[in-house]
Amino acid sequence: MFHWLEKNPFFFAVGVFLVIAFAGLIEILPNFAEASRPVVGLKPYTVLELAGKEVYKKDNCIACHSQLIRPFKSETDRYGQYSLSGEYAYDRPFLWGSKRTGPDLHRIGNYRSTDWHENHMWDPKSVIPQSIMPAYKHQFSNIADIETAYAEAVTVKKLFNTPYDVDGGVALGSWEDAQAAALTEAKAIAADMKNQDVKDLVANGQIPEIVALIAYMNKLK
Amino acid sequence: MTYIFSNKGVCMQSNAALEYDYSVAKLFTYTTILFGILGMLIGTLIAAQMAFPELNYFFGEYGTFSRLRPMHTNIVIFGFTLSGIWATAYYVSQRVLKVSMAESKFLMALGKIHFWLYFFGALAAVITLGMGITQAKEYAVFEWPIDVVIVLIWVIWGLSLFGLIGIRREKSLYISMWYYIATFLGIAMLYLFNNMAVPTYFASGGYGSIFHSVSMYSGTNDALVQWWYGHNAVAFGFTVPIIAMIYYFLPKESGQAVYSYKLSLLSFWGLMFVYLWAGSHHLIWSTVPDWMQTMGSIFSVVLILPSWGSAINMLLTMKGEWNQLTENPLIKLMVLASTFYMLSTIEGPIQSIKSVNAIAHFTDWIPGHVHDGVLGWVVFMIMAALFHMAPRMFKKEIYSKKLIDMQFWLQTTAIVLYFTSMWIAGITQGMMWRAVDEYGNLMYSFIDTVAVLHPYYTIRAVAGVLYLLGFFMFAYNMILTMTAAKKIDTEPQFRSPMA
Repeated sequence: MFHWLEKNPFFFAVGVFLVIAFAGLIEILPNFAEASRPVVGLKPYTVLELAGKEVYKKDNCIACHSQLIRPFKSETDRYGQYSLSGEYAYDRPFLWGSKRTGPDLHRIGNYRSTDWHENHMWDPKSVIPQSIMPAYKHQFSNIADIETAYAEAVTVKKLFNTPYDVDGGVALGSWEDAQAAALTEAKAIAADMKNQDVKDLVANGQIPEIVALIAYMNKLK
Repeated sequence: MTYIFSNKGVCMQSNAALEYDYSVAKLFTYTTILFGILGMLIGTLIAAQMAFPELNYFFGEYGTFSRLRPMHTNIVIFGFTLSGIWATAYYVSQRVLKVSMAESKFLMALGKIHFWLYFFGALAAVITLGMGITQAKEYAVFEWPIDVVIVLIWVIWGLSLFGLIGIRREKSLYISMWYYIATFLGIAMLYLFNNMAVPTYFASGGYGSIFHSVSMYSGTNDALVQWWYGHNAVAFGFTVPIIAMIYYFLPKESGQAVYSYKLSLLSFWGLMFVYLWAGSHHLIWSTVPDWMQTMGSIFSVVLILPSWGSAINMLLTMKGEWNQLTENPLIKLMVLASTFYMLSTIEGPIQSIKSVNAIAHFTDWIPGHVHDGVLGWVVFMIMAALFHMAPRMFKKEIYSKKLIDMQFWLQTTAIVLYFTSMWIAGITQGMMWRAVDEYGNLMYSFIDTVAVLHPYYTIRAVAGVLYLLGFFMFAYNMILTMTAAKKIDTEPQFRSPMA
């Protein structure tokens, strides 16, 4: 049979494809519907938080930080309750990461404050003297892309029925509504910050990346 | 042209009867060197950043470790390795199929389109990634417009590959061709499914960035598809096509026949079947169902068989000819590549065992594992292949044998420093994370487990510099082979001539 296959490239290719496709069918498909079910009470991200998630992606925090607490006592002692599948139901993409050069962040919102993040992102060594994390000062002046975050929220609402604008969900509304809501949220965060440039930007209706990122960090609980 | 037909109907042809056309193989050879230097340069910089964080600030927001890390991985995977795969594929497939690309204007054109589309696609990928436009899925970071270009490139390669197969004279496909075909099919399937995403600009009716997309899968599902992809991108990018190379270049360079056809059959079909299951070993102790984690774990261990099958087949090919190891540095590169393949494919299964994974996961042992595979196996094999191809493509002797010897020892030392330091770093950190005192309290704060790694990060950075130096020697040797080396009149049959 193998000699025959080696003389018939088409059937050879079909054979290879069947053999390699098999595992995916068995391993991935059966659990698909169940694994995407949210835990009770899970709310989708607000537009500002989504914009913060984009900052997290853009500056590629996953290179060094995980968002997955494994079910070991040493991990639950350090980071809090181990992660559940349903907590990630609105995470597109998943941001578990694969390397912990820095600590896990899945429940960072439980034990770090806006103030701490502000100091830490400006100069990590100011709060953790031995830290090897670089400073992310540019996040204090770069403006977050709220419109793209809004586009993402609209997309997941339409296509994947993510609960925006429903009872117990998160309000989204029109682009104007979303903009206003994001700014209100941003003002609340900026009020807890001390950087004057950030405060000025927000007062002028512009949201720096750091504010969006902190909104996202605070949501991670 | 003269052909000798054996009684089995296998078409054999006397040497040098057919003028193969290497123009596309040459183009991909240049980009292999170019992207190799670029990717490894960035790799060395980010290794140094972990030891000396002040190095994060050379290029403003574009120069932090986090931003450069995907640059490094993507340039070495989709720049260096893919170029190497295609350089060798365009070289090997003509020779084992006994057909020249020059015989078909269509295939020639397709090959050139393939290269230039790839080259500009790669530039666009580097630029967008630099700007921070990313899907943030490891090794699948490119946003949808780049994905569309990549799919197009892949289709063109498929047409080109199967086009050449379509007009072949040698009816039976040589082992290397099996692996190149598998590379084409595997990556096609994985890449398509993992990159399923909806561009938000269109779905929202014109809001926001046109580049942005949102994954069709969420959370745990996204993780599962991603690591099914991520693991098997390693399979079909770093393993399968590299095996294609060694099955061609080791017998060719040594003049030895492949040790066992049956072993190559077993290894090939075994690898195809088993590899794909192992993806979920990246998700052990995560929120994917336990049975999937167990499957990933078990199949990873089973994977030793087909992996070692190929490697042992290659080592036994050298049976009785081990003296070549001391005489020919290309044999040395390939034998070491095969050995590192064995090391890497025993290490992976060990890390996939659940209890080991609990310590190893998230630590530096993982990049350590990746790098003994890629530095030892992938890069060594690609360099050996290009060295073998150079005299035949450029009709020149290899510029310097001595330089290859020096490079070999420099880089081998670098690899050993790299993986040993990362083994120690990984296991140290993994143990410190879980260490508890006599009352059951955690003994170390997280930053303690970072500070302790400084010496190992320093050693790794030194290893990176050594390896990079070796790669510069390779590039220098190749460039001088093309430009300054002595001309040769007849194509060498086996051992590559070198000064």
